[in-house]
Amino acid sequence: MFELTTTRHNPLVDPSLHAWGWEIPVYLFLGGLVAGMMIISGYFIFSGRLKNPDCACNFLPFYSIVFLSAGMFALFLDLENKINVWRLYTTFEITSPMSLGAWILILVYPALIANIFVRPPQPLLNKLPKIKLVTEKLNQRSFLIKWIGVLNMLWGLLLGVYTGILLSTMSARPLWNTSVLWLLFIVSGLSSAAAFVHLIARDKYERELLAKADNGFLTVEIFVIALMFIGLLTSSQTNIEAAKLLLTGPFAAPFWVLVVGIGILIPLPLQLLAVNHKVKHTPVPPLMVLLGGLILRFVIVYAGQFSNWMNVHF
Amino acid sequence: MARYGMVIDTKKCVGCTDCVIACETENNVPVGFSRSWVNQIAEGKFPDTKIEILSERCNHCSNAPCVHACPTGASYINELGIVLVDHDKCIGCKACVSACPYGARYIHPEGYADKCTFCNHRVENGEDPACVSVCPTHSIYFGDLDDPGSEVNKLLNSREHHSLLPEAGTEPKIFYLR
Repeated sequence: MFELTTTRHNPLVDPSLHAWGWEIPVYLFLGGLVAGMMIISGYFIFSGRLKNPDCACNFLPFYSIVFLSAGMFALFLDLENKINVWRLYTTFEITSPMSLGAWILILVYPALIANIFVRPPQPLLNKLPKIKLVTEKLNQRSFLIKWIGVLNMLWGLLLGVYTGILLSTMSARPLWNTSVLWLLFIVSGLSSAAAFVHLIARDKYERELLAKADNGFLTVEIFVIALMFIGLLTSSQTNIEAAKLLLTGPFAAPFWVLVVGIGILIPLPLQLLAVNHKVKHTPVPPLMVLLGGLILRFVIVYAGQFSNWMNVHF
Repeated sequence: MARYGMVIDTKKCVGCTDCVIACETENNVPVGFSRSWVNQIAEGKFPDTKIEILSERCNHCSNAPCVHACPTGASYINELGIVLVDHDKCIGCKACVSACPYGARYIHPEGYADKCTFCNHRVENGEDPACVSVCPTHSIYFGDLDDPGSEVNKLLNSREHHSLLPEAGTEPKIFYLR
């Protein structure tokens, strides 16, 4: 028998830690989505597809700015001392992923704006005609365009990796403290972004390409999830207990039904049939992928807060 | 420079929670929150049972994950080895709350991360923390871990002891005598 009696009555940490609410999963999902969109947009710019006026790279940066700002707003809502938020930008704490993330987010905006300047839409040019001067100079130098594509891909990768690192550096939460969480989040971000482009693409080739790419990302995601469990289950008792939260514990139902089932296993064959022209492209599979990506963040953030070293000892 | 730590004699502790009440009174801890608490762990099967009473609080770790996680430098280790939070710098992001394996931190209703300070305001004036002063069985000892002649060091050298979650690698500075 092992029995624990405690006088502790801290509603924020007992019976389990619940520090972060809906804001952080939403922020991580939108961060991952934007990361994936930047990589896709950057690749299209780099490969010269931007000459096509219907290229997704011409409108993805607008969505990226809106989604990233919404994500940052969710993060802001989570802060308990909002008036001090400016302090994030008067310090640089190399050991704190949240500090690194705050600065990465600042770096991402110029890359997105540069992407917009490459081929700004007509309504924007009508309002701000001086942008045309920048656009003309940029388009006279093809190497600059390539660099903007590379920059978007690099910053997108950095942003996506950061959303995983933010959680995985916390050794106090065994479920998060896995070396593949960053990989899971970047692959899931790419998959969500591909699904989003699949939904809104004007160009048929891009819609087909992104649906095919999404199938690849979803397949890789299955392997990364398997790797995560292998890593946890072959580690210490704390990690095994953490894995059980998702395998059979209180978070098993949303994880297997919503993340793995609706988010991966059902849309994957549907998209495979669509790209092989067996069925028509519909918005259903990409919407399922987006839902799965969002729920993945919710499950990981909430289950991670539930997992701790104390669960094993007491 | 001193490196303060705490030694708690579990053979003397009766789990009266005076330390918890003294802490809440001394530091105006808001109702519903705790900077310290008492865990009573019963183990074994009758008649071979044993019980250990642990008066717990922030472990003022030398390798403090809360300090590493803080994005604004609000969490820091002072010159006495005490882990503190600068309320004016704290943005209430809760990264430190998530990073602490001991669950020692909470968000104060005024918006900053709060926890045990080893009663830093008392220590600076040469006094012991409130929990140490009030303990009716004198089971809590406080002193400089770097001073070979301090009572805490003598106890650690002479008695079997353990710390909480040493496997977490945080190098806690609270020790429990068995």
